[in-house]
Amino acid sequence: MAEGRPPKAGTILPLELEEVSFSAGGRTLVDRVTLSLGPETRTIVLGPNGAGKSLLMRLCHGLIEPTSGTIRWSGAAGRGLSGAAIRQRQAMVFQRPVLLRRSALRNVTYALAMRGVPWRERRERAMAALERFGLAHLARRPARVLSGGEQQRLALARAWATEPEILFLDEPTSALDPAATRGVESALEAFHSAGVKIVMTTHDLGQARRIADEVVFLNRGRILEKTPAQEFFKTPRSAEARAFLNGELIL
Amino acid sequence: MEFSAAFRTALALILELDPTLLEIVQLSLSVSLSAVAIAALIGLPLGAAVALGRFPGRGAVIVLLNASMGLPPVVVGLVVYLALSRAGPLGEFGLLFTPRAMVVAQTILVLPIIAALSRQVVEDLWGEYAEQLRSLGAGRLRAIPTLLWDGRFSLLTAILAGFGRASAEVGAIIVVGGNIAGVTRTMTTAIALETSRGDLALALGLGIVLITLVALINAGAYLAGEVARQHAAAAP
Repeated sequence: MAEGRPPKAGTILPLELEEVSFSAGGRTLVDRVTLSLGPETRTIVLGPNGAGKSLLMRLCHGLIEPTSGTIRWSGAAGRGLSGAAIRQRQAMVFQRPVLLRRSALRNVTYALAMRGVPWRERRERAMAALERFGLAHLARRPARVLSGGEQQRLALARAWATEPEILFLDEPTSALDPAATRGVESALEAFHSAGVKIVMTTHDLGQARRIADEVVFLNRGRILEKTPAQEFFKTPRSAEARAFLNGELIL
Repeated sequence: MEFSAAFRTALALILELDPTLLEIVQLSLSVSLSAVAIAALIGLPLGAAVALGRFPGRGAVIVLLNASMGLPPVVVGLVVYLALSRAGPLGEFGLLFTPRAMVVAQTILVLPIIAALSRQVVEDLWGEYAEQLRSLGAGRLRAIPTLLWDGRFSLLTAILAGFGRASAEVGAIIVVGGNIAGVTRTMTTAIALETSRGDLALALGLGIVLITLVALINAGAYLAGEVARQHAAAAP
């Protein structure tokens, strides 16, 4: 554990989805997904636009309810928890960081307040998180005037401060330049070495290669494969994944 | 001719610091500002609650709020008059023809404006924040103060709109206040009185003083908002 994190009692992982579907407007957008996500590894969710990647992340994080099927946190600490309580053990970083109209520091202390951290501890923990991601000098700056890369790192620092067991990221670097992308990727490294499970969608195959331990490939709302990363990039099992990796359009 | 006389009158009133004028100005401001303060205290959380609430009849409540922005002041005055008059349900408090009655009437006029506008502001903000706040663990109830704070600069405009309504209206306060000199005479009721007496220059002079005051207060609020915005730098 980096940063001297006290080990958490028990884990909520693995996360298990069983025949999970999500429909809207008469269309099935996520189609009978069965998936198990274990602790610590970095899972990259790949697939063409509209494959249902973002929806899958939101279903896992509990922001939307599946139309059918079950989502279970099967770890010892996850049993019996649901809704907001189980979400307390998770964090999510969105494509466009949603930051409150307050200082960088207060964005982080707000998240800690939502976790029920006593206010005496909030400031110190928030500062530690900002420092961890090279943002300490911006602590008093209004979050909304930070650059795109700084904003996304602030979103990561906010997630870090809440000490999640699992971190969902939905295309966190798709709006960033290479330097800022590198900043986000090294932040992810910190989460990984602290033992946080990472589940991330990306468009960037290079990024997927750099980060992934395993790849979940999604097309038209269905999981076509869940494969260790090396294997996926060398010999993808499905024809669709092969086409995707070759940069072809998948219809 | 009427206008140049009016400006001369206005200037003279201001320069002389006419005690009667000062009294009227002071009463006008204290009534309108009190009404706005009370309406904001109720209207901001009410608007936010309607924005985030999920309850049957929500659409009807929104329509009602929006429509109430256009309540005719004189009708509100009449209703408050009936409620506060000796025979009315609130007659025992003896508020009729006092500044407090005027505050009550103006609060009723201003409340829907602040509530309806803040409902819109908060709802738009919620659209942007909802997923993130839920992810952080803030439910709808907890989101209300968060969104009110984050929408503070837009909400200032809603409050100023309410103040504009209060400071400009005459219909409600003349009915419940009675335009009694030294007790319930305000800028607008005095203007109405002087107009009916035929002293148009004095009426217009008072009007100029009123408009100047309202402009100054708005300018002050704008500046305060800008300073806070640069300091806290709100977003686009």
